[in-house]
Amino acid sequence: MQTNLRSQAGPYFGEFGGRFVAEPLIAALDELEATYLAAKADPSFVAELAELHKTYTGRPSIITEAQRVASQFGDMRIFLKREDLNHTGSHKINNVMGQALLAKRMGKKRIIAETGAGQHGVASATAAAYFGLDCVVYMGEVDTERQALNVARMKLLGAQVIPVTTGSRTLKDAINEALRDWVANGDNTHYLLGTVAVPHPFPTMVRDFHSVIGIEARAQMLELTGRLPDAVAACIGGGSNAIGIFHPFLDDQDVALWGFEAAGDGIDTPKHAATLSRGRPGVLHGARSYMLQDEDGQTMESHSISAGLDYPGVGPEHSWLKDLGRANYFGISDAEAMEAMRLLSRTEGIIPAIETAHALAGMKHLSTVLPAGAHILVNLSGRGDKDMETAGKYFGLLGDK
Amino acid sequence: MSITNDVLERNKESGRGTLIGYYPAGYPTKQDSIDSLVAMAENGCDILEIGVPYSDPAMDGLVIQHATEEAIANGFKLRDLFEIIKGVREKVDTPLLVMSYWNPVLSYGVEKFSEDLVSSGAQGMITPDLIPDEASKWIGLSDQHNLDRVFLVAPSSSDARVENNSKSSKGFVYSVSTMGITGERTELDRIARSVVSRVKSLGDTPTCVGVGVSTADQVREVNSYADGAIVGTAFVKAYQQGGLAGLVSKTKELAGGLG
Repeated sequence: MQTNLRSQAGPYFGEFGGRFVAEPLIAALDELEATYLAAKADPSFVAELAELHKTYTGRPSIITEAQRVASQFGDMRIFLKREDLNHTGSHKINNVMGQALLAKRMGKKRIIAETGAGQHGVASATAAAYFGLDCVVYMGEVDTERQALNVARMKLLGAQVIPVTTGSRTLKDAINEALRDWVANGDNTHYLLGTVAVPHPFPTMVRDFHSVIGIEARAQMLELTGRLPDAVAACIGGGSNAIGIFHPFLDDQDVALWGFEAAGDGIDTPKHAATLSRGRPGVLHGARSYMLQDEDGQTMESHSISAGLDYPGVGPEHSWLKDLGRANYFGISDAEAMEAMRLLSRTEGIIPAIETAHALAGMKHLSTVLPAGAHILVNLSGRGDKDMETAGKYFGLLGDK
Repeated sequence: MSITNDVLERNKESGRGTLIGYYPAGYPTKQDSIDSLVAMAENGCDILEIGVPYSDPAMDGLVIQHATEEAIANGFKLRDLFEIIKGVREKVDTPLLVMSYWNPVLSYGVEKFSEDLVSSGAQGMITPDLIPDEASKWIGLSDQHNLDRVFLVAPSSSDARVENNSKSSKGFVYSVSTMGITGERTELDRIARSVVSRVKSLGDTPTCVGVGVSTADQVREVNSYADGAIVGTAFVKAYQQGGLAGLVSKTKELAGGLG
């Protein structure tokens, strides 16, 4: 097996990645890449971001062992990396603070962002408020309805939320609209992308900003248990939280990596978002990667109860890790995810985001493929406050309205 | 050699100028799009651009987005594209270029797509989301099949990219100035002139311009500094408002701006 998997800097990960975008965007991507590379090598940037994470994001995030959940699945130990305790409630803030600093360096006064579940939009609106930037968030109309609380949060933070009414009116269409805005306003605007499923340099840069999750967790696990975990697990839509926790473990060959994607109504039904399990390579939103498409290369609509995983593409590095056999990807249905959400809430007193619940639901599968006594590190990527409307309806908790 | 290039050069030398008309394949049906493209050719378009409907047209404006969404909803399939091209070819011999986002081509197979372009009678392809840096396979195949290959240059492109994208193009290079930009007509023309003059100073590839042209005067103006005016939205709107007759009269009107 290749042993330098961590050193990939893009634009390509094997045959995946690249920049399949219109020429008018190239200058902005080039400017961003140059700014990022300079910042990455500048100790003052690294120190400023670390200080922000310490005093604002709330890093390092803690590890909680979930003994009662583990006992449900058999002989295993489950460790939760608590990204849900970050400011704004998910891992998304890690990347946002990094990119907001880059926007400042580039002298951009306005940021735009896309959002699905609203977590990235909230994090972006938060950074904009903190740094005094104008902020516009594009969000599919369908998602503005199912994530209404996050829309309110973004507005309270001073951001403008634009509902997108084209196409399937979800995350993929929000990205299309944000790209149009960026083409028009690249001079004064930074597109603060929250996913890795897009053109270079984003997959590399967003991964680097999120790799703080895995770097911390790897050290914490060594300290806590005296060894590396047997498996690292995360939910995966575009793949930002998964690559953030996977990346520092890529060259630890004995650590299995598991990404759990949204299988919606079921992996064998037409209604799912299981891009890596059921898609094939193509080009979407500027990167070559696995994607859900019909026989003509038209993007297919994805389906998931979780807005954050409801996306027909995935980051190119995940496609590469899948084809290399370094990471495994497995589909979790809506019903399995909701059951896991309830389980973690009832047994550990932690309400996870529905996205995150997909990773927890994956423990059942891992109990069948890992040896007895296995240690599993799970990225608890976000909290479920935003999902109370969906969960309330699903579990019948809201009574008659 | 390129027939498209010949038409542009001939029209430039004669002082006529060139009108390039875009229309989406399969809009609103397969036969309608054949009729529309034939009518555009017969009434003054010197070069035809046939757009491939795509689910994520991130670089198109709303008018064209809605038209291509409708084509897909009406059952457009990629194999229909080549039937439509053949249908147009049976009636007119106007140079015809396909304009497609990259994933449909990739999915169809770049090699088979190239072969079918040739066998259906198209002259080549415009690739809005494929930059030369990512296009080695298409560059090889289009050379092999003697197909036109049109890349884009933008106001934000560096001189090195303007030069490379122009040299990598065959037929002409597409100067983009409106993409996403909303502004006064005079400002759009100023930006377009600046892109074109950079293309001209860095090589000898002809360049055509899309600047939201919708009147005969604008066709004339664009042809005063570029090798051709590309019109899309105005034709689609004309069809939406007046059907084939509306499209014919819009084509005649815009061709009136040629010398």
